[in-house]
Amino acid sequence: MSDLGPPTTRGALAKREARLAWGLLLPTVSIVSLVVILPLLAIFWISFKPVGLADLRPVAPVVREDLRNAGDADQAVRYRIQNRSQDVPIENVSFTDTIPSGVTAGPPPEQCTLSGAALRCEIGTLDPGKRVTLMLPVQFDAGLDAKALEDALEDDTEPAARGDADNILTNFSFSLENFARVFDGKQFWEVLYVTMFYTIFGTIGALLFGLFAAMLLNKSFKGQGILRGLYLFPYVAPVIAVAFAWITLFDPFSGSVNALLLQMGVTQEAINFFGQRPLALIMVTVFEIWRYFPLSFLFILARMQSIDTDMYEAADMDGASPFQKFWYLSLPQLLGILSVLFLLRFIWTFNKFDDIFLLTGGNAGTRTLTVNVYEQAFAVSNIGAGAAVAVVIFACLLLFSVFFFKYVSREEGL
Amino acid sequence: MQALRQGYVTGPLLGALWLVILATTVAVAMSFATGDAFRPSILLSLVWGAIAGGCVVALARSPMGWAKALILAGAVVFTVLLGFGAMVTGANVGAGARILGAAILGVSFGVSLAAILAGVRAGGLTRHEFEEAVIRFLTGFGYIFFTAIVLIPFYVMVMTSLKSQQALLQNPLDFSIDLSKGADLFRSYNELFGIYGFGGYLWTSFLVSVLTVFITLAFSIPGAYAVARLKFRGQAAFSRSILLIYMVPMIVLALPIYIAFSLTGLRNSILGIVMIYPVTTIPVALYMLQGYFRGLPAEVEEAGLMDGLSRLAVIWKITLPLSLPALASVSLYVFMIAWNEFLLAFMLLDDPSKFTLTRGIASLNSSEIPRQHLMAGAVIATVPIMVLFLGLERFMTKGLTAGSVKG
Repeated sequence: MSDLGPPTTRGALAKREARLAWGLLLPTVSIVSLVVILPLLAIFWISFKPVGLADLRPVAPVVREDLRNAGDADQAVRYRIQNRSQDVPIENVSFTDTIPSGVTAGPPPEQCTLSGAALRCEIGTLDPGKRVTLMLPVQFDAGLDAKALEDALEDDTEPAARGDADNILTNFSFSLENFARVFDGKQFWEVLYVTMFYTIFGTIGALLFGLFAAMLLNKSFKGQGILRGLYLFPYVAPVIAVAFAWITLFDPFSGSVNALLLQMGVTQEAINFFGQRPLALIMVTVFEIWRYFPLSFLFILARMQSIDTDMYEAADMDGASPFQKFWYLSLPQLLGILSVLFLLRFIWTFNKFDDIFLLTGGNAGTRTLTVNVYEQAFAVSNIGAGAAVAVVIFACLLLFSVFFFKYVSREEGL
Repeated sequence: MQALRQGYVTGPLLGALWLVILATTVAVAMSFATGDAFRPSILLSLVWGAIAGGCVVALARSPMGWAKALILAGAVVFTVLLGFGAMVTGANVGAGARILGAAILGVSFGVSLAAILAGVRAGGLTRHEFEEAVIRFLTGFGYIFFTAIVLIPFYVMVMTSLKSQQALLQNPLDFSIDLSKGADLFRSYNELFGIYGFGGYLWTSFLVSVLTVFITLAFSIPGAYAVARLKFRGQAAFSRSILLIYMVPMIVLALPIYIAFSLTGLRNSILGIVMIYPVTTIPVALYMLQGYFRGLPAEVEEAGLMDGLSRLAVIWKITLPLSLPALASVSLYVFMIAWNEFLLAFMLLDDPSKFTLTRGIASLNSSEIPRQHLMAGAVIATVPIMVLFLGLERFMTKGLTAGSVKG
């Protein structure tokens, strides 16, 4: 008897479909891994290395030539080979040069060999900052223009130097120095506190304001479309434009808000909103709320409009008051989207860099983890420490995404 | 709560708070519009608002709705003009501005308070009546609040770009426009386009954004289709990893990208920017499109397959025409991301001849360049995206809801 169950192995059709799928995905996968996975690996690699901005230029010997004592009997080409690095020795340094025709080179120095027109010199190891000078006596053939020959010697054929230097980016020495520096003492905890304050209050604030705005617009009236478009402005406008508008608005000297507050008698002297300690952090959080409430507003409004109205009619029949309807009917219906939004916004606020960087540059107690990456890497020129902070961020992100996939990935189809 | 639900408690309470809100709003609006000294008097607002609320409740049974509003309006205007009303004006404010401000406050207060307190009468209120009055109050407050916080920064941005530095320092509140200056109003814009080369930045930004849209679509359409429709091992893991990649912060990637671009000489080139922007948008587009493709009826595609079309032909002839609205949303969203992108442009571009618009604006942020230039730059960057947004709002909102897992 033959078995009449469904096929247990993958048939030719299924295989072909999978092949096509991978074929369609291949360009995307390759480009994304090139620009996302590779940099991530690089970040991990760099975070264990003491790398500064200056180390990005590879260490290589530099060679220069010039003609000395031109026209005299002892005229010679002077080669100067230098290791410009202050701390990395270069090994196996050598350079080659071509002697132009019309020039006869004398006996080469002991490091060099001359075969025909090709000069090759082996210097060996050059210590940091060291320079080696070699003299190659030369004679110009009679009857030729000495000036032209000099130019040919000095400019037309450039000597090429090479050598093996230990490149800090690619060698296999690792250290935990970067992490030690990142986790060092009070500063890290302050950064962490600022990040958490910004993330938690920014997220919750944006959600609450979004909920409020969505309730305002969850009815049809004339101008509803206009208001909806208007309330999305903060999110749609370029961050650089709105950030500078806020800075202008809250400027301590020429800002309108300070002028208004002075005039209304709320304060006696101008307030430096983005420049003094607890206030700056509160202001960047307020900016975050202002800029991202439209997003929660949009999501919540979409969900509200899909709630069945029968339920509200039934509640009306039972005599529920407006607040009761909100608390017992709307809110439970919105809980799903609210929790999804909370997690997503939490992760994204945690990742936020541009806003704070533009508003305060991370000064006045507003340095979050992301701003710290930039500060360490570019302001302090310590790329390794910046990478270490980035690794910390990535670890936090992995933690959050575990929560995300565990609790909300299936909800709302996200 | 029980004590609050008395007509003579609810009415004065809401009236007092409402007059404070309106007086503040009108004072701020008048200050911004004229630059003169207007300020709300919180204490007097509370007193007069409570009295007005009480009167509305007392007259609740009288049928003359309009007359009530008119009396309230008149009373507010009268007290303000006499100098002991809800809004106080400075000594140097002209009579015209003073009357205008008082009239606006009076009329808006009269009409809106009568509406808010409709149904609130003397004596005990039912829970419904009370809550509905509170909700009307909160709704009114919400509209004013949100409109104000959204509009004020943009208003300041546009108006500052039209002023001169001296005028701004003299009175930061004065945003009134001197029309007699004529074309000179737009001096900042002229200088930005003439001296600072913003025309070029605008073009670069446009070019980069459009290229980003096309490259993103070229990569993400096949990818999204494969994830949404075709069965293969690792499909679920794949669609999850899209979301995960989408959450990796740019600043983490920017560092190695900066190093790699420095080493390969791609830094400071438009090519490098065009190469890197699509990669930041492909995961978003992939995510949005696969959601849309899943929603399309598979039967149509199967019919195409039965009729002898290959998969690729099905995508080209059936799926893509059906998903044009989604493609429009995705394109707009990607365009917006690329247009607004700041971090990568800031890190990778140093040469002023290759700046994008956002990088160009960042270069204006120095103490030597007057503030109105910076604001004019901000306006130049904001206007195109706003025009696009308002013109195609339907697509844009859809795109935002579908894709704005990303912030």
